[in-house]
Amino acid sequence: MAKVTINGREVQVPDGTNIVKAAELFDIEIPHYCYHPGLSVAGNCRMCLVDIRALSSKQTAPLPKLQIACNTAVQDGMVVETDNEKVRQARKSVLEFLLINHPIDCPICDQAGECKLQEYYMDYGRYSSRFPLGDKVDKRKVLPIGPDVMLDQERCILCTRCVRFLDEVTETHDLTITQRGDHSELTLAAGAWVDNSYAANVVDICPVGALTSRDFRFKARVWYLDATPSVCIGCATGCNIDVYSRRGEIYRLKPRPNPEVNGYWMCDFGRTTFLENGHPDRARASLLREDGRFVEAPAEHVAGRAASALAQAKRVGVAVSATVNLEEAFLLSEISSHLGDGPRIIVSPRVSAVPDDGRLISTDRFPNRRGLRALGFVEAEAFLEGCDGVLVARADVAGASSGAGADISTTWRTALEAAVAVVVLNDRVSETTAYADHFVAIASHFEGEGSFVNAGGKLQLASTAISPPGEAVEGWRALAALLAGLGGARYPSHREVVEGILDRLRATDPAITAAAPS
Amino acid sequence: MPEKVLLRYEDVALDLVRIDPYIADGGYAAARTALTTMTPEQLIALVKESNLRGRGGAGFPTGLKWSFVPKNTGKPTYLLCNADESEPGTFKDRQIIESDPHQLIEGMIIASYAIGCHDAYIYIRGEFARGHDVLLAAVAEAEAKGFLGEHAFGANFALRIHVHRGAGAYICGEETGLIESLEGKRAYPRIKPPFPAVHGLFGCPTIVNNVETLACVKQIVGRGAAWFRSIGPETGPGPKLYCVSGHVQRPGVYELPMGTTLREIIEVHAGGMLAGRKLKAVIPGGSSVPILTAAEIDVAMDFDSVAKAGSMLGSAGIIVMDDSTDMVGALRTIAHFYHHESCGQCTPCREGTGWLEKILDRIDAGEGTDADIAKLDSVASGMLGTTICVLADAAAMPVQSFLKKFGQEFRDKVKGDRAIVAA
Repeated sequence: MAKVTINGREVQVPDGTNIVKAAELFDIEIPHYCYHPGLSVAGNCRMCLVDIRALSSKQTAPLPKLQIACNTAVQDGMVVETDNEKVRQARKSVLEFLLINHPIDCPICDQAGECKLQEYYMDYGRYSSRFPLGDKVDKRKVLPIGPDVMLDQERCILCTRCVRFLDEVTETHDLTITQRGDHSELTLAAGAWVDNSYAANVVDICPVGALTSRDFRFKARVWYLDATPSVCIGCATGCNIDVYSRRGEIYRLKPRPNPEVNGYWMCDFGRTTFLENGHPDRARASLLREDGRFVEAPAEHVAGRAASALAQAKRVGVAVSATVNLEEAFLLSEISSHLGDGPRIIVSPRVSAVPDDGRLISTDRFPNRRGLRALGFVEAEAFLEGCDGVLVARADVAGASSGAGADISTTWRTALEAAVAVVVLNDRVSETTAYADHFVAIASHFEGEGSFVNAGGKLQLASTAISPPGEAVEGWRALAALLAGLGGARYPSHREVVEGILDRLRATDPAITAAAPS
Repeated sequence: MPEKVLLRYEDVALDLVRIDPYIADGGYAAARTALTTMTPEQLIALVKESNLRGRGGAGFPTGLKWSFVPKNTGKPTYLLCNADESEPGTFKDRQIIESDPHQLIEGMIIASYAIGCHDAYIYIRGEFARGHDVLLAAVAEAEAKGFLGEHAFGANFALRIHVHRGAGAYICGEETGLIESLEGKRAYPRIKPPFPAVHGLFGCPTIVNNVETLACVKQIVGRGAAWFRSIGPETGPGPKLYCVSGHVQRPGVYELPMGTTLREIIEVHAGGMLAGRKLKAVIPGGSSVPILTAAEIDVAMDFDSVAKAGSMLGSAGIIVMDDSTDMVGALRTIAHFYHHESCGQCTPCREGTGWLEKILDRIDAGEGTDADIAKLDSVASGMLGTTICVLADAAAMPVQSFLKKFGQEFRDKVKGDRAIVAA
């Protein structure tokens, strides 16, 4: 640890921490553009200049020049001032330099509201322009540089975050700076296209409106969006994300930093997982089969009737995809126990066509396999042998969308037709729905609280971003009703469902740990 | 006239390839002595003792710089000769390269031995086509003589010298920009620390020395540290090349003792002003340093004296301006250069250099305002000391000094008056 004095306040900071991070630990903001904790230090924006009054306990003389905080590691005895007149003047001046050739087209810029030029101008600038509009250097605008990335060279402040990301993280080297001086421009490397699996991260790390998402552009002003902490269900990595929504509609997903899981990034596939949420096949109402026809009914009523039906069966099997959350899985296993401990299987295939890329994308495209295994679910490709009662959750076993082969779907269809009780819970109406005698419309992953255990054994909670459509309910509520209908324990709240769940998981998989609450 | 050492052969008509006359005149004896009778530590001590200060512009003590190379890193150590001479008003290194390339090679052999370098590079400015050819021929000659190669001078010391021609960017003369360029990248100067002595070319310990510095190294080993120190001021002695350009009778490179006064250089060696003209101003150390007025030329041209006078010795590129010079136009020319050459990496330099030129264009066209003059000064202030390398300072210092010393001409021009009357 190093003893450092920041703005007169003496603090202890781990050795080697740079001044930007050290200050952050004590809620002192040092404005910066080019510095990003997930990338190498470039030191080019000059916004983080600070006044070092003493370098260390050995070198106590003030440094003659301001130093960039991002490239200066703390030393014991260091004295730093981040907000004196000299620093304020330098910041203001750097900001003015950044803005002279900037188009200041905020009214038509998608970044407005989350733009570091805007924010720092309000915090540290507040001057009147001294630069005639006609003197601005013109560059190119609206340049597509990838399937989801749009470039505006005039807005670019040349911080090279995106260049470094593509050099250091994806190692695809798609972007580069050409020309010199104030004619410098960000551009595609010869023959390149920003279409790698992590391309959209460049949009996130762009501190200004130079790189925007072609999918998200002009859909919403960001200040109207609410961000909800969640977990990506695109694969077994469980990247931490923020779900941006407004009035029940999701607009975009962005990575939420977590050094233990995803660092600062997420993959482009993960970003598309919300698109399914507004699918026309979303289940909006629970259904009961009466006289061969479906009739709508409240979810709890359907669940109660399902309990009676399953109780009639001789042997009940549970089939799930590895997208069910722990809450649902726990209640399903409780239900299974009540009904004589029939088989509990995971129908999701293990391997996808996309290879594990050594970064964030796992070969297992399902978010909760490890949690399900810890709760006693086992992988099985075949049907639940000898079961005349079937409880299926979040799996289209009779259709192609389960990912299993066509042969297996056919076997399932035959078996489902023969069963005396078929209870299906899903957020989508699928081919399997047609075989159900009880169907419960449940919330999607974005519409309720749900926990997942990722491939690394980390238990993470996703919060509720938006409400479920129509009469759909959270899966755990429906299953708690079903369990109650069987005479089992009552779980009136989410808290009671998850209480003790970690201990239960660790009894079979001791390496599972809980993530810090976000 | 003192003895010429660094430019010993400048007036001698020798062939382009001429190692034999160089050897016959005592050439390569210093390198042979160094490699066969001295240890690297002794050489570093000798150069420290000589008080040699780098001739590239900053005047950093050469022996001290060499001693920063860490020992036993398990990595190669590189010597880079900075021959990217690009500062406007500076043309001394070219003179050494073209008139005495073996002096440079000999200095490089000695320096390489002192720092433990086995692959040395000469990074030569792209426009120096002739110098490039001269160096290639001279390196080939030295290799043929066995002064370079597996066993230089028969000693257990291997050295190759590579000549790398730049592509014509001022920033490649900044030492870390040079390193990046040599690595095949865009010449963006590096943030420091780490310094090149520890983490330089290809991440290895690297020393970057100027052409004239390395020539001095040869002379120090050949003639001794005491001889070197006997020339000019104790704190930065030695023979010095002064490049004189502008409105003088005899522009050119002059080898004189360090500390010769600016007045003597202009009036005696360069033959004084052009007929009928009066001295108005002098830039003493290349276009980036603060300008001096006609009244300030009694300054001794050494590192400390020029600094005391409020400017810098820099590259000793002396630009002489007579009374016909339009200072607004002169500054505009300088501003154009730095705008054109800013690499664009750091915000203040990238944006500031262009801004300065635009304001000066406006003032020069008679369309400026008083606010523009104030703006020039504050833009320059915002650039000073805020960037990775000193290009921003190089662009800002002339602006502030021109305004300080010739501000009236700028004020006259914003009023629309003609600032100067040609003689």
